[in-house]
Amino acid sequence: MGVQKKNASRVSEDPDELVRVPLQAILLADSFTTKFRPITLERPKVLLPLVNVPMINYTLTWLESAGVEEVFVFCCSHSKQVVNYLEKSEWFSQPNFTVTTIESQNSVSAGDALRLIYERNVVHGDFVLISGDTLSNMSLTQALKEHKERKKKDSNAVMTMVIKRSKANPAIHQSRLGTDELFMAIDPNTKQLLYYEDKADHSKGTLHLDKSLHVDNPSLTLHHDKQDCYIDICSPEVLSLFTDNFDYQHLRRHFVKGLLVDDIMGYKIFVHEIHSDYAARIDNFRSYDTVSKDIIHRWTYPLVPDVMNFANTAMKLERQGMYRASEISQSQSAVVGPFTVIGSDTKIGNNTKITNSVIGEGCKIGSNVVIEGCYIWNNIVIEDGCKLQHAIVCDGVIIKSGAVLEPGIILSFKVVVGPEFVVPPYSKVSLLQKPIEEDSDEELEYADSTSAIGSQVDKSDVEIVSQVDNTHFSPVSELGMGGAGHVWSTCEGGHEEEWRHSVAPIPKDKILEAIKTMEDDMELIHDGSFLPTSGELKPNSNDSDDDDLEDSRDDSYYFEKEVEATFLRAVHENIQESHLILEINSLKLSYNKLTADCAGAVFYAMMKYALDSPHNSADGLLQNVQVVFTKWKKVLRSYLTDIDEQIEVILKFEEMCSEYAKEFAPLFTKILHHLYNEDVVDEDAILSWEDEKKDADEADKVFVKQAQKLIQWLKEAPEEDDDE
Amino acid sequence: MPDVQTLVNEFVNQLKKRKIEGSQATAKLTAELLRSVISQQRVPHTNQATALIIAVRAVGEQLIAANPVELAVGNIVRRVLHIIREEDLSLATAAMAGLGVSAASDDEDDVERDENSALSAAAVAAAARSTLRPPSLQTLLEDTSESAVAPHTSSSGGESDGRSRSVEKGSRSRKLKHDVIEAVNELIQDICTCYEQIAEQAVEHIHHNEVILTLGSSKTVLEFLYAAKEKQRSFKVFVAEGAPRYQGHILAKELAARGLQTTIITDSAVFAMISRVNMVIVGAHAVMSNGGVIAPVGLNMVALAAQRHAVPFVVLAGSHKLCPLYPHNPEVLLNELRSPSELLDFGEFSDCMDSANGTGSLHVVNPTFDYVPPKLVSLFITDTGGHNPSYMYRLIADYYSADDLVVKRRPTTVSCV
Repeated sequence: MGVQKKNASRVSEDPDELVRVPLQAILLADSFTTKFRPITLERPKVLLPLVNVPMINYTLTWLESAGVEEVFVFCCSHSKQVVNYLEKSEWFSQPNFTVTTIESQNSVSAGDALRLIYERNVVHGDFVLISGDTLSNMSLTQALKEHKERKKKDSNAVMTMVIKRSKANPAIHQSRLGTDELFMAIDPNTKQLLYYEDKADHSKGTLHLDKSLHVDNPSLTLHHDKQDCYIDICSPEVLSLFTDNFDYQHLRRHFVKGLLVDDIMGYKIFVHEIHSDYAARIDNFRSYDTVSKDIIHRWTYPLVPDVMNFANTAMKLERQGMYRASEISQSQSAVVGPFTVIGSDTKIGNNTKITNSVIGEGCKIGSNVVIEGCYIWNNIVIEDGCKLQHAIVCDGVIIKSGAVLEPGIILSFKVVVGPEFVVPPYSKVSLLQKPIEEDSDEELEYADSTSAIGSQVDKSDVEIVSQVDNTHFSPVSELGMGGAGHVWSTCEGGHEEEWRHSVAPIPKDKILEAIKTMEDDMELIHDGSFLPTSGELKPNSNDSDDDDLEDSRDDSYYFEKEVEATFLRAVHENIQESHLILEINSLKLSYNKLTADCAGAVFYAMMKYALDSPHNSADGLLQNVQVVFTKWKKVLRSYLTDIDEQIEVILKFEEMCSEYAKEFAPLFTKILHHLYNEDVVDEDAILSWEDEKKDADEADKVFVKQAQKLIQWLKEAPEEDDDE
Repeated sequence: MPDVQTLVNEFVNQLKKRKIEGSQATAKLTAELLRSVISQQRVPHTNQATALIIAVRAVGEQLIAANPVELAVGNIVRRVLHIIREEDLSLATAAMAGLGVSAASDDEDDVERDENSALSAAAVAAAARSTLRPPSLQTLLEDTSESAVAPHTSSSGGESDGRSRSVEKGSRSRKLKHDVIEAVNELIQDICTCYEQIAEQAVEHIHHNEVILTLGSSKTVLEFLYAAKEKQRSFKVFVAEGAPRYQGHILAKELAARGLQTTIITDSAVFAMISRVNMVIVGAHAVMSNGGVIAPVGLNMVALAAQRHAVPFVVLAGSHKLCPLYPHNPEVLLNELRSPSELLDFGEFSDCMDSANGTGSLHVVNPTFDYVPPKLVSLFITDTGGHNPSYMYRLIADYYSADDLVVKRRPTTVSCV
């Protein structure tokens, strides 16, 4: 569907472009995470109701009121549901506001999404990049102006990130949105972002900043009380950057950090701080809770229930933050407490108490029910005497009489909780089984099969129904008599973190515990007995300058390993030399190595390969070496532009012979000669190597002595040349 | 010309998002929108007024629902409805008069009516009004003689209406629409010039060496004070800053720029300063039928302070702010709670609002309006002059038809003429 529309719009815009490019936005209707599972197995995150309105509505409303004229909604998992929803809503028929959907089934990350959008070639100017779970009431005018001005002065200023002040909880290193504490270094004058770290290692209590940051920037401020709003104003270059760097997946972890570390291209990211406006992204259940409360407390004005009514029934605000739809039936004896939202057609029975909760539409709540801090979506039946605390209850759930939900529970769609059943805290219950592939590796979190499962569910509601039936018939299920649903087991690693991201308040004991450990850490630091940090931050933070030797040695070790693996792959898979060179170059960039290091590593890899190939004698080995070099010398030679690099190769060879490949020791001279013949090293290199070794220990001179003959010959050789 | 529905949607959208601020701007935009609604509405040959009323009502309903707090929207919708009724009535009477006086040919009719309509239309309008609601002071004074004739004319109006229509269909349909649009144009004009008309009266109220207190910012107040200054009155102005939006600062800046002696005080200092003040002059958000005022937050306190020290409390309000509703009416949402970020910085207090670790006990309430009961108001100054609060319902009755008080109700029987 997109093709025709796209062409049409492009034609109409082209003449326009010189005059004024309409402000465009890319809305990612997929978070590419699994944090909202099990709910997101059945419904995309952007359609989950936030204070009774699907999240995407908040985002679109904001974009529209902020003056964005064209929005591309990128749908991935459950794309059909998103598209259907948008078609039914009014968004496609707004004047001066075009919403276009882009569907994709095989994108697994924000990076993929942006690459796809780049291919479509629909974005022509600066655009706003936002995900469908972000809500804000900020005015874009100022931020856009700043972005454009910077862009004019410096074409490398490709992105402006919106940040907002928000204090993190010092004890558990977590923001109020449930995300990890974020560290940012910002140049206070230019507002350039210099450092971004959201996965800082708190156990050490230290943070590494590259020394060059201080050198390049006369002043910088380090913040830990800023919150990333995930609203970015980007130049079109951002899309091409994603296409160039095909390994960029995550917007922050790869793209932002990548740009910050990479000083070759010199792209810069700036921040724009908002003060009186509100912006937040719903990243996990904790932020769902926090943002809901912020909406009820009207920080998001005018995006509040009584003002922003989406075609459905109007809400009215009463005293103490009570929002009530017009058609509800509530028993006289029911107590509906402060900061509660009640949707239309909901019935509330006698003596029921509801506080700090959001109740959706068409719910039936029985008598003597206690609901505290819960998010109850639409068409839910809660029978008499139930007790619910800090839970999220999705559409169509039935909670039989007397059941108790402990804090932090997620009940996914159409789950049935049996009578008198007590659901343990932090349970996640769904009609669907937990997907089997459970990769605890955090990096893979977004890359696993969300989309696959999504499409499967999309296709077959029937399947779910049949599953429902199956569970229905077993008299005693996991959720008591007549219950339906599977309690997802939490793996050990996950359980620890469960309280951090759930809707329930953080248990007191956890905070005390955290404070205690923090104090212990402090003591450790005062003792001075804590260990120097290992290279955990290494691959990202490029701080080899100020680190101890061990670190950089580690680093080189990994680099060598990588190069070796790459080389072997090239050999076995018969990859072209030019491709191999390209890959090694990218490794060089990512490890921030010099050409000399590459030369050494490639040489090492080649020798290692020769050594590992079958041979029965020293001659055989020499033969191997010769074969390898004839075939691959081109690769090596591309790193040997300089005499220093050639020396590095010789030194490397020497090191190999003396340390871990002693088989080469007797062949040292022969191979060196061969290298000379193959033009890998030239005589200047060999001579200056010898020169360098002059003052070395006797032990180090073994190979120099061994090669004395060759050196002698080399020294005489020019004269011979002259003679001839 | 763009489609009316798109215009309506756009305006509804802006109202919903609270993009339009100030009752004057809202009133003007509403009137302009309704004017284009009327001009685009195709009128049938019979019962044109009904068609127009239904159209305006339908749009008005949407507009009111979009921002129920902005009462000016509803006021203007009702004013326009009233205009349609009045014009229809005057046309009907004119037509009847035309028939009665001379059974003239069609082309002469227009001229004749223009001559006759002025008097007879007023008479019939007055008569009709007397049947619909208690007579206004003006009508009581005006027509003593015609009141007896009134029932007759109005009852026969229906018949003659039908007859006359057959005679001069084309011209009349054009005429009604044309007249209504003319009248709406006048209304827009009125809204635009209400400042001037109010400001003209300034000299009568502000005297030499007086001290005037005001709160927040109001264009009407600014013009009023400036007009007095223009007339060589020298006086001092105290401006209470009007937290949390501090619009008093803007007003003070403007006043000072125009050469008035201005002093800024905090809202909480009002009571301390009131004993030095000769008169409190403030703007309003809306004036209710009972003479109560919906005004920027903090004004009730000022009014109480003024009452305590017997300082006159004067409210300036353009006619578009006069609302035919009573504050006990459930349709009137008295208040709008705005974002707490106007009060305090989110970042600074974010740790107090962290519900996660049990410290989420800080709540911020930021109401926009206050209600000042009529007994605290000494005088209203509108475009038409100064009025006592107890007279407001009478004044308001002149602007609106009783039928239109509830816009939302679907008209089952429309009683035009």
